[in-house]
Amino acid sequence: MKAFVLAMLSGALFALGLAVSGMTIPAKITGFLDITRDWDPSLLVVMAGAVGVYSPVVRLARGRRAPWLDGRFHWPTRNDVDVRLVAGSMVFGVGWGLSGYCPGPALVSLVHGALPLVVFVCAMLSGIALVRGVLRQGAQ
Amino acid sequence: MTDYVRALVGGALIGLAATIALVIHGRIAGICGILARVLERDGGRTFRVGFLTGLVGTGAVLSVVTPGLFGTTSHGLPYLAIAGLLVGIGTTFANGCTAGHGVCGVARFSARSFVAVASFIFAGMVTVAITGGHP
Repeated sequence: MKAFVLAMLSGALFALGLAVSGMTIPAKITGFLDITRDWDPSLLVVMAGAVGVYSPVVRLARGRRAPWLDGRFHWPTRNDVDVRLVAGSMVFGVGWGLSGYCPGPALVSLVHGALPLVVFVCAMLSGIALVRGVLRQGAQ
Repeated sequence: MTDYVRALVGGALIGLAATIALVIHGRIAGICGILARVLERDGGRTFRVGFLTGLVGTGAVLSVVTPGLFGTTSHGLPYLAIAGLLVGIGTTFANGCTAGHGVCGVARFSARSFVAVASFIFAGMVTVAITGGHP
């Protein structure tokens, strides 16, 4: 129960942060990605705020054996840079540039955005399932 | 100026959200990772389902209380379907998005994440330069 509620709090603060910072306004994203016209650097400021708060926490966590409600930290294990990372990121970047939405803002905007956002999110989920299926096949 | 203050405050809230995920659950607040593995039985299901509930649920509340915080998209459904598909495919291959790589990965000084961020920002900028970027 505790874990679920605290996880909800994390998600809730994340949503609030995205909304307050303007990241749920696709025009602000395309404005950031628009280097030929009026450049809107807001996204960088948002990232700076987030990394500024989170980075010291990461350093502190590294020195600890376990988090509060789990037996261990689940740090990412991969350190290598491969084609999948670069190509995947670029494909993501195209979809992001086309719509002004990435996963977080899309989910936060789901209810407000109604059908267009439902379509975007369903398509996103399909893409996720598709690739996971392909990768699982490849691993066999 | 107030735009930037709000961006900074919003960013700090995101950082706080990620802090809770790490300090309490020992997990990375990467949206795609959470979404892609939501129902997996690796002990993280409670965290992931709880997180997504808070994320979407808060968005629902905000849509009623402060609808002005949301923008709109003028694109048609097929266009958004293609964009969504690319986002889903790309982030799954890359194992992360703006939250996972851009915030959490950068905060850990992960080389993988720096490369990912540079790649998706580059691709996004090229895309907007070509399309004109009207949402």
